[in-house]
Amino acid sequence: MTQPLEPTLSATTGTSVMESVGASLEHAESPEAKGHRISMGALLAVIGLLYLWLGSATHGKASFALSQAFDPVKLPTFTLPGAGTVFVGAILCLLAAAALLIKDAPPKMRVWLNVLAGLGVVFGFMAWIAAVGHQTFQLSFQLNGTMAYATPLILGALAGVMGENAGVVNVAIEGQFLTGAFAAALVGTITHSIVAALIAGALTGVVMGVLLALFSIKYLVDQVVLGVVLNLFASGLTGFLYTQFMSTNQQRFNMAPQMSDISIPLLSRIPFFGPIIFKQTILAYLALICILIVWFLLRRTKWGLRVRAVGEHPEAAETVGINVRAIRWQAVLVGGLLAGLGGCYFTVGTTGQFVKDISSGYGFIALAALIMGRWKPGLAALMALLFGFVTNLGNQTGSVPMNPNILAALPYIVTVIAVAGFVGRVVAPKADGVNYVK
Amino acid sequence: MSAQTIAAPTAPDAVATGGTKRPTPAQVFFESWRSGTAWQAVALTVMAFVFALILGAVLLVVSNPTIMGQVKYLFTAPHLFFGQAWHTISVTYAALASGSVGSWAAITETTSRAAPLIIAGLGIALSFRVGLFNIGGQGQAIWGTLLAGYVGFTLHAPIWIHIPLAIIAGVLGGAVWSGIAGFLRARFGANEVITTIMLNYVMVKLVLAILVTKPFQRPGSNNPISAPVDWSATYPRMEGTQLHLGFVLAIIAAVIVWWLLDRTKLGYQLRAVGANPSAAAAAGMNVPFVLTMTMVIAGALCGLAGAGLVLAPDIIGNPQAITPDMVGTLGFDAITVALLGRNKPVGTVLAGLLFGALNAGATAMQASSVNTPLELASVLQALIVMFVAAPMLVQTLAPFIKERRAKAAVAQDADDEPASAPVVANLVGEDAIEVAQEPSTPALATEEASAVPARAARGIPDDPLPPGAAARSGSPDDDTDTTQEGGAR
Repeated sequence: MTQPLEPTLSATTGTSVMESVGASLEHAESPEAKGHRISMGALLAVIGLLYLWLGSATHGKASFALSQAFDPVKLPTFTLPGAGTVFVGAILCLLAAAALLIKDAPPKMRVWLNVLAGLGVVFGFMAWIAAVGHQTFQLSFQLNGTMAYATPLILGALAGVMGENAGVVNVAIEGQFLTGAFAAALVGTITHSIVAALIAGALTGVVMGVLLALFSIKYLVDQVVLGVVLNLFASGLTGFLYTQFMSTNQQRFNMAPQMSDISIPLLSRIPFFGPIIFKQTILAYLALICILIVWFLLRRTKWGLRVRAVGEHPEAAETVGINVRAIRWQAVLVGGLLAGLGGCYFTVGTTGQFVKDISSGYGFIALAALIMGRWKPGLAALMALLFGFVTNLGNQTGSVPMNPNILAALPYIVTVIAVAGFVGRVVAPKADGVNYVK
Repeated sequence: MSAQTIAAPTAPDAVATGGTKRPTPAQVFFESWRSGTAWQAVALTVMAFVFALILGAVLLVVSNPTIMGQVKYLFTAPHLFFGQAWHTISVTYAALASGSVGSWAAITETTSRAAPLIIAGLGIALSFRVGLFNIGGQGQAIWGTLLAGYVGFTLHAPIWIHIPLAIIAGVLGGAVWSGIAGFLRARFGANEVITTIMLNYVMVKLVLAILVTKPFQRPGSNNPISAPVDWSATYPRMEGTQLHLGFVLAIIAAVIVWWLLDRTKLGYQLRAVGANPSAAAAAGMNVPFVLTMTMVIAGALCGLAGAGLVLAPDIIGNPQAITPDMVGTLGFDAITVALLGRNKPVGTVLAGLLFGALNAGATAMQASSVNTPLELASVLQALIVMFVAAPMLVQTLAPFIKERRAKAAVAQDADDEPASAPVVANLVGEDAIEVAQEPSTPALATEEASAVPARAARGIPDDPLPPGAAARSGSPDDDTDTTQEGGAR
């Protein structure tokens, strides 16, 4: 019954197929693709030249620590020449730029050189931090912290994946984070239980999901309008309640227990990777499991097929007997659950205390990760990890003799470049954001 | 993210029809009043306010530990609970009213708070009309503040040169920063939601770095704060009030945006691209150019709003200095204002005034004897927008408004700008369907009835937008004139 819908669904991936076909037929390159290729090449060349300059201003050695002080298995600290590593990054960038600028370069080579250039840029930057700041770069700490920062982003992006694949845009991830964080702090303080805090956070996310679904699906309010308003509502409500009774009585209402890292036996003893992946908070494990669950739900179950059908072509779904509104309700509520859970990170995942607007725009970064991840659970989670990586990188730049705020702005500049250059046009589920009028 | 949903369905395909003389605004108003649309719209809006205030009152009571402590005496001594609840609610709302419209000083405080919201809201509304979801108001406004402030305290010139130069600097800053996002969207298809979010963060961080550099930092200070701008760059204000040049500029900006959208070739292209980019491209319009220009103009307006933040006099009338958190959440508040104003200039001005009033009242509320937190204003703002955006919910909660609904559906045809916002479009779509399902409805008896079946027929299939589009074809509309003007140029 639902089988004929499959071709429609795969149409979203059609564009990327078209692109690769277009790339293999060099003579058929469209003017647009050519312009894009040349601008990208020029941009990479500029980055490469910038790194050449950066390398010439770098002196000394760059040390990388592979393990932290309390890790079960100690690994050596290895040292690279600082300037040399930056130069390698520069050369990789220039090579990738050349491959893009030369008309008949093989497409496969371009892809590989792009990946190498990306790695070169990241490693060059880390080497530069270590050499200029005369400090050892804590590689293990960097990757471990990446997961911590990415936890709410992954859950938020997955919430967006659920809603938007069903055709309901969720701009209110930020609001769901805030209410989740608030409820987790409040309930965590009263019950002294992490589990209760997580459940409370997730449930408030669902309540926000109910508002989103009620107003968009039943009352047909434009979803973007609604998302923005729900954010304002959540920020106002949590801020109001915080000032009204929480801030004046922190002991009674705002002292939630904090999640501690859980080491998984055996697995956490694997050198290097063990402490990074298998020594995380319960919420981080939940986030990783949720990636699999969301992928499985969307891609491997009948319900997931219906969700995607409803998000692509609700009229067609309706004609084969799918209850469009019911499926959308379910998807939005599951999304609310995930985002509410993600919100818990900001209170019980860190200090255990709520303050006004504690999620500080992370919901929008999750939204960005979702779009860069092309509405796919795995890719969106990967993008969330990328944001976590660059955010944590900012914590390692303390000893670099440069205004920390300029360095803190770098990840966002890089994202803009990456979105313009490597992500390009993204295609949302076709009925995303369109209210369904039966 | 389908940004097109925000696009105004002004439907250039409806342009071909029409061509008769356009009714004057007075006629339109009279017609809508006679048929009950105006009454219904006013009633819906008033009820949206009432419901928001009721929910706000409930929130005030349940979140107050002292009042909730009286609940256990509810049956033995009810006056304790109700007395205290009433006291808190009445004092709060009285302070809200007196702080926003209670006196001449309060009213001018409202206008001064409304000015940046209106200007930035106009910019956001403009980009929404083209289907661009511009979240970047914050970063654009920060540029406006920085550059206008810089000209404000470095240059020393007579007021009639100084103020315009400072404003131009701010406007350029916002326009360029927003233009980046517009260019990336037009050239590489980079999603403007991501780029504007990221450009916001870039500016939030960079402003801290910029304000400690030598040209910007106040001499002798270690904090990220600039020198105060000159008196000659500070907006002149009416003595003893907060009514200053900023509000005048907001009104001028609204008129310019209205003129741009409704009376120029670019405005027509802008609405056409918003309605259907493919159709606009097929009609020979330069879509990438329109996208970039929209972001540039939107950014210019946000830059103007930011300039106003630093050039406006402070509460006692003195010049201000640039501080990093000066812009605050202006970018997001402007989005809400634009959405409540249904992305139209007049609506944005009214919505900006409402939000300005609530913000001004919130300060008075916090200073009142019951110390109600400032954030109640945000809750009220959100609730008002939600209720206004969901007229069906308000009708369910207040059934007495429903009486004239069927008739109002028909009268929508005579409305000057039907379905220019998705909210309205949805309402019209719903009405059209209802009419179609009940062909014997009394509405068909009115003289406008002939338009209804056609609309309903086109409205049923799928999309909530076509009914609005079809509605336009039934009545003479603005687009016709614009095309002719555009063609003549």
